[in-house]
Amino acid sequence: MSAILRRPQLPEALLQSLPRLLALLLLCLSLSLLSDVFLTWGNAINVLRQTSLLFIGASGLTLVVLTAGLDLSVGSTIGLAACVAGTVIKATGEPLLGALCAIGIGAAAGLLNGLMVAMLRIPSFIATYGMLWVLQGLAYFYMAGQAVFGFPHGFRQLGRGLFLGIPIPIFVMAAVLTLGSFILRSTTVGQQIYAIGGNAVSARLSGVPVRRRLLLVYVLSGTMAGVASLVFLAQLNSAQADIGSTLTLPAIAAVLVGGTSLFGGVGSLSGTFIGALLLTLVLNGMNLLDVDAAWQPLATGCIILAAVYLDTRASRSRRG
Amino acid sequence: MSATVDRRPGPLARLPGVAAMLIVLVVVFALASPDFATLPNLSNVLVQSSVLLLLALPMTFVIMTEGLDISVGAVLTLGTLSVAATALATGSLVLAFLAGLGTGLAFGFFNGWLVAYLDLPPFVATLGSFSIAQGLALALSGGQSITGMPPGLLAIYSGTVLHIPVPILIIVIAYAVMHGLLYRTPFGTYIFALGGNREALVLAGIPPRLMLAAVYALSGLMAGIGALLLTARLNAGHPTAGIGMEFDAIAAVAVGGTAFERGNGWLFGTVLGVFAIGILRNGMDLLALPSSLEVACIGLLVIAAFLIEAIKGEQP
Repeated sequence: MSAILRRPQLPEALLQSLPRLLALLLLCLSLSLLSDVFLTWGNAINVLRQTSLLFIGASGLTLVVLTAGLDLSVGSTIGLAACVAGTVIKATGEPLLGALCAIGIGAAAGLLNGLMVAMLRIPSFIATYGMLWVLQGLAYFYMAGQAVFGFPHGFRQLGRGLFLGIPIPIFVMAAVLTLGSFILRSTTVGQQIYAIGGNAVSARLSGVPVRRRLLLVYVLSGTMAGVASLVFLAQLNSAQADIGSTLTLPAIAAVLVGGTSLFGGVGSLSGTFIGALLLTLVLNGMNLLDVDAAWQPLATGCIILAAVYLDTRASRSRRG
Repeated sequence: MSATVDRRPGPLARLPGVAAMLIVLVVVFALASPDFATLPNLSNVLVQSSVLLLLALPMTFVIMTEGLDISVGAVLTLGTLSVAATALATGSLVLAFLAGLGTGLAFGFFNGWLVAYLDLPPFVATLGSFSIAQGLALALSGGQSITGMPPGLLAIYSGTVLHIPVPILIIVIAYAVMHGLLYRTPFGTYIFALGGNREALVLAGIPPRLMLAAVYALSGLMAGIGALLLTARLNAGHPTAGIGMEFDAIAAVAVGGTAFERGNGWLFGTVLGVFAIGILRNGMDLLALPSSLEVACIGLLVIAAFLIEAIKGEQP
């Protein structure tokens, strides 16, 4: 069993993330030289607040990628869930009901993805790419060109509130990171997820319930997108149909830059955190240096290509 | 199965899936809307599907090599901007066409290099170039349309030759060329082999990387031709003109019955898939349904195609 697991042990994990930590350090150093504002408490908190949203959205996606799959519907799940939750909260004044709707929509979308991938064996990028457009179409249809904004103070605390001087989303991120890493490292389910990505056939032969685990992973990805949509909604204080469309690419980039391999079985949630932080810092730096926001997708695209190129080379040298 | 190279076009057993969908769509819309089953409207469906067909034909090749090209929609967008900007600056349609072709080819070669020579997974490689092309389109245009096209441009989309609309002539020629390429040339055999049996290519002394790169370059080239047609249709260049077109193209190939593994492809199935999507969009337009639902329905069409394949696969 242990032969098929590529769960990184601690020294190996540190070694793997060393180049990324170095890149992080270099980035911080050059940004602090280029901009006076970069090394301020306000900017640091701002960066972490944006990182938290990206990380929460990408956390479930990390699990999917660990099984050698992909979930492209994360962004539009966030979009639809935020729209429905926003209108529900606005109409009833009950944040809890809205939260239930968002998480329910996320889980349902994830379940559909999981059924298509695990039961019908549709390639995951096709199934979730179809779901991307289905959910986006539903969001546009549901909102009918309208926006919803102005939520109760209690709900906005989730995005804007402070606890001990630190924004609440950062605590949510820390909780997801700790709990998720524990599950991945120290439970059977976590080991099985790595095993499926390492080699699905031998995982099945050694008794891993592959279909059920795949289903779980996609449901978790959708659910975490639902959670992210709530944080997003509370931060933004408004929702309209297209808000999710710009989130898919950064989420995938965060996972890949964080060193989780597209070929499955290699990676970690802490890697995704570093990836999300790196990406946010790049975008933050572009903002501070007054680069037009229109160039951001271009930068994200180049970062994705570079990260996957390095990953492909690394995995080839691992295989010998 | 994977050891042999399936060279023959679609076995009849594959026909029912996409053909049944087409028949159902035609019957439903003909019953629901009196305007649907008229000659002008059906000719309109063909004309409106022309750009999509130009993207979907080479997408079939790409998918047959077990690859994917997510970037074609964004490349098409950037292509319309190059065509429009060149036409505006020089007033020459030939130069504008060359600019569109150049943009398409450049991204095609870039994708081919990433996939064939750097061994990046096709999906992520083209996602990266999608992001680059879309980013360039938004940044260079400043989010604005480019208008004020020379008068001849419109004729490329709305003109007729011998009473046949020009776009229909273009897609007939494009299909003939692509069909010939796939079924009548060695290059076509290589495409089947790239998905079905890559080792055979190496053994035969054919450079598989070069062939794979050529397939992606072809996809970019056709997006460049599509860009000219789309610019003529809009009579402008627009920074979101081609958004989502890659999805329609992939959907058309999937609905048309090309498998995503083992190099089994059927080019005419893709044509039927394009028509199925064109009819779906046209019919829903006629029924005045919101366009957001069209997108959702195309997603369902793809899932239905895979369902049919899955059911057929389980009862051999």
